[in-house]
Amino acid sequence: MSKEYETVIGLEVHVELATKTKIFCGCSTAFGGAPNTHTCPVCTGMPGSLPVLNKQVVEYAMAVGLATNCSITRYGKFDRKNYFYPDNPQNYQISQLYLPICRDGGVEIETSAGKKTIGIHEIHMEEDAGKLVHDEWEDCSLVDYNRSGVPLIEIVSEPDMRSAQEVIDYLEKLRMMIQYLGASDCKLNEGSMRADVNLSVREMGTEQLGTRTEMKNLNSFKAIARAIENEKNRQIDLLEEGKKVIQETRRWDDAKEYSYTMRSKEDAQDYRYFPEPDLVPLVISDAWISEIKERQPEFATEKMARYKQEYGLPDYDAEIITESKFLADFFEAAAKLCQKPKKVSNWLMGETMRLLKEREMEPEEIRFSPANLAKLIALTEEGSVNSTVAKEVFEKIFDEDIDPESYVKEQGLKTVNDEGELRGVVKQVIQDNPKSVEDYRNGKEKAIGFLVGQTMKAMKGKADPGMVNQLLKELL
Amino acid sequence: MSMKEIRRFTAVQLAERIKQREISVKEAVQAALEQINEVETAIHSYVTIEEEGAMRQAEEVQKKIDSGELSGPLAGVPAAIKDNMCTEGLLTTCSSRILGNFVPTYTAEAVLNLQKAGAVILGKTNMDEFAMGSTTETSAFGITRNPWNLSHVPGGSSGGSCAAVAAQECFYALGSDTGGSIRQPSAFCGVTGLKPTYGTVSRYGLIAYGSSLDQIGPVAKDVTDCAAVLEAAASYDKKDSTSLKRQDTDFTSALGKDVKGMKIGIPRDYLGEGLEEDVRSAVLLAAKTLEGQGAMVEEFDLSLVEYAIPAYYVIACAEASSNLARFDGVKYGYRSKEYEGLHHMYKKSRSEGFGPEVKRRIMLGSFVLSSGYYDAYYLKALRTKALIKQAFDQAFAEYDVILGPAAPSTAPEIGKSLSDPLKMYLGDIYTVSVNLAGLPGITVPCGLDKKGLPIGLQLIGDCFQEKKIIQAAYAFEQARKMEVSPIAEDGASVIAGWEKSQTAEGGKEQEERA
Repeated sequence: MSKEYETVIGLEVHVELATKTKIFCGCSTAFGGAPNTHTCPVCTGMPGSLPVLNKQVVEYAMAVGLATNCSITRYGKFDRKNYFYPDNPQNYQISQLYLPICRDGGVEIETSAGKKTIGIHEIHMEEDAGKLVHDEWEDCSLVDYNRSGVPLIEIVSEPDMRSAQEVIDYLEKLRMMIQYLGASDCKLNEGSMRADVNLSVREMGTEQLGTRTEMKNLNSFKAIARAIENEKNRQIDLLEEGKKVIQETRRWDDAKEYSYTMRSKEDAQDYRYFPEPDLVPLVISDAWISEIKERQPEFATEKMARYKQEYGLPDYDAEIITESKFLADFFEAAAKLCQKPKKVSNWLMGETMRLLKEREMEPEEIRFSPANLAKLIALTEEGSVNSTVAKEVFEKIFDEDIDPESYVKEQGLKTVNDEGELRGVVKQVIQDNPKSVEDYRNGKEKAIGFLVGQTMKAMKGKADPGMVNQLLKELL
Repeated sequence: MSMKEIRRFTAVQLAERIKQREISVKEAVQAALEQINEVETAIHSYVTIEEEGAMRQAEEVQKKIDSGELSGPLAGVPAAIKDNMCTEGLLTTCSSRILGNFVPTYTAEAVLNLQKAGAVILGKTNMDEFAMGSTTETSAFGITRNPWNLSHVPGGSSGGSCAAVAAQECFYALGSDTGGSIRQPSAFCGVTGLKPTYGTVSRYGLIAYGSSLDQIGPVAKDVTDCAAVLEAAASYDKKDSTSLKRQDTDFTSALGKDVKGMKIGIPRDYLGEGLEEDVRSAVLLAAKTLEGQGAMVEEFDLSLVEYAIPAYYVIACAEASSNLARFDGVKYGYRSKEYEGLHHMYKKSRSEGFGPEVKRRIMLGSFVLSSGYYDAYYLKALRTKALIKQAFDQAFAEYDVILGPAAPSTAPEIGKSLSDPLKMYLGDIYTVSVNLAGLPGITVPCGLDKKGLPIGLQLIGDCFQEKKIIQAAYAFEQARKMEVSPIAEDGASVIAGWEKSQTAEGGKEQEERA
């Protein structure tokens, strides 16, 4: 490659909002359900039915807009996007083209070269479509309108990203923010967050943007990274061969790690957008904006600072814990119960993370209660269980959310603090291991570790290692 | 009391007789059904007649009246509903082949409101396909004839509703008005029709033509009935975002007030070229009558009138092109029998399901919304709409009511209009601006032309001023002779006479009834 190229990336991110009901009718948004059971005349496009805007959708969109430093459109409108497809019962989608609810925002990400702001062009609200199911057996297609009318926001970034890493960082930042707002669970694999990547390349140093392509069907961060790498190389190869990049929409096949043309610009439909006459203009007052602002939660950055200051957590712990709203909430609940924030943090950063990784789980999938972790911490603090036993009990808590107090009692795992009993066992160990005793006496400090281990083994782990150590030293 | 005598009652008079136990609901229904049996083959007001259902409803309503649960001014009165309003379990076609088999799963809010007021639904009335037309000739299920002269159209698009009232096949009806579709056929059929302020009657369940212009309104024998029906039909409906919360829907309270001191303006633009002489003199005579009752009448320049029709057709067709997209053969309605693949199915179902006028308007609407044309047509039309509203605002700063004709002519002969759609569109000149500005308008009969066809007087009010136009229309009504269509009084012999004259002419219209 003779020339140096720069990759320019902009994202269109669709986020399914976590409202109870659909954007324009009172039907449930719950996932699953027998086909066409969460439907009514409105979301199945029955003649004569009319849309009514769900206030919660507006509030979530505003909250996301405020969190991403957008300006909120005080006088907004909905528009109809006209196209024929059976998953779209009216054959138009109610969306926002001319006056979207949020504009001109940005999200800050950390890059190797320092902080960088990814601009947000706009955020608009729209409705999701139904689902087509092809019945191979009967050779016909069926439509399920349960998803039809589920609220979405589309977050359109500026073409400010330059690498796959920046894209991932931007997406993770967005996802974290939206999860903190409770506006969506943002699961890429389940489709509640979907990202389309607009990518072009240009020679380093040139001002003008190259011809871009739009990449669809990206279901994980890994797929996004792979698709970006692949598309970047494809475009550079074309340019190097003296060919042109064609403006088109491409579909990524992650299994085969390649993309193919879905439709070219020539096939682009004319959506004949026009203002939706069935909805009145959306007027947003200053008071309403302030209300949403007041309700904004503490975001990760603020939380991180507070954890460091209030609980004295190290940077690393604070960062990891605040990355997930769920984990942060869990941490605070447990810390409040046991008043030992650092201990809670240790359990989360250590054993919890280890088990999550081992079980291939996300923090959001944690099933045990903060109360049981708090109890375990109390047990260790009062010396009722030693650290080895505690780890064993924790795994039980992690998997089954058992009550550690009763579990320790039932299983007889309480540490033996009876010095007389312990002294007897230690004496026995000294007697049985003359070699180690001799080593220790000859200055091999490490030999005591072996003797401690032997004692613990004899005690079936129920002794306090510190006490054992002390007794050994005394008796030797 | 004879069936004929029952039929002569207005809706409010009938309800009073029913309340007094002089007439049963069943008898009222039978009176209407008898007339339907006698004249419907000639008039064809209805697409669907709900004979058994009406008798069943009559029993239920009678029980509620007897128990005192229902006592309003319309309790027990048989009515007809334009076939573009959804009625649960009852065929709703919009007079289109594409909805030829469509049975809704819910009832339109306006119809529910009437049912709560004790209406008995007799059936669904014929109309121009999807309300697109001015003659009811674009119906896929045959034309409707004018009860005053069977060789003439009843007007449109609510031609079936207006003809049914004029022929006494029902006591009142609901129509819908997007560009004059209640007021013009009411004028042509010699009945009273009112288009309310946009947002007064819920559009939920009204199959949309031009969403920003559509309004449901009453078609009735007189102003009193009109006011009573509107009062019952109007409601704030959360299911319709464009529905208005009004505290002043006691429209009947405006009845009986005189017009002393009321300021009435006649736009000179409404009396100019293209207006038939008989219509002009009848309208001016009506103005004189109101003046005689103490109103102050003067002519003024409304301006922008010539822009109303292009603006209207651009906006209405643009919205229609999108509103009618849902009729695609996928979910309900007509699907072509043979096709290869999805797009072919769409194309064939829509090509076979829609009539020529609907296709014309879908194409026109798709064109004006296309990229590159949107600004030049659609946006410009929206700006024109805003200017027209301003012109009316200025006029209403001066006048309480604007008076003019409802249409430039009386009802044209059958078969004369569709060949020149542009000329047909120009016939909407006096009605479309009212929809563009969202205003209320009422048509009351004001005499007959030389051919014996009814002429309609249109009174237009400012937004929310239905009461003023009802007041003026009522006052005018007191001074005129109530005229009834010949077929209402003497159906059988009128039809026989007309058929004879048709045979003499060689039955040239036979194919239209096929």
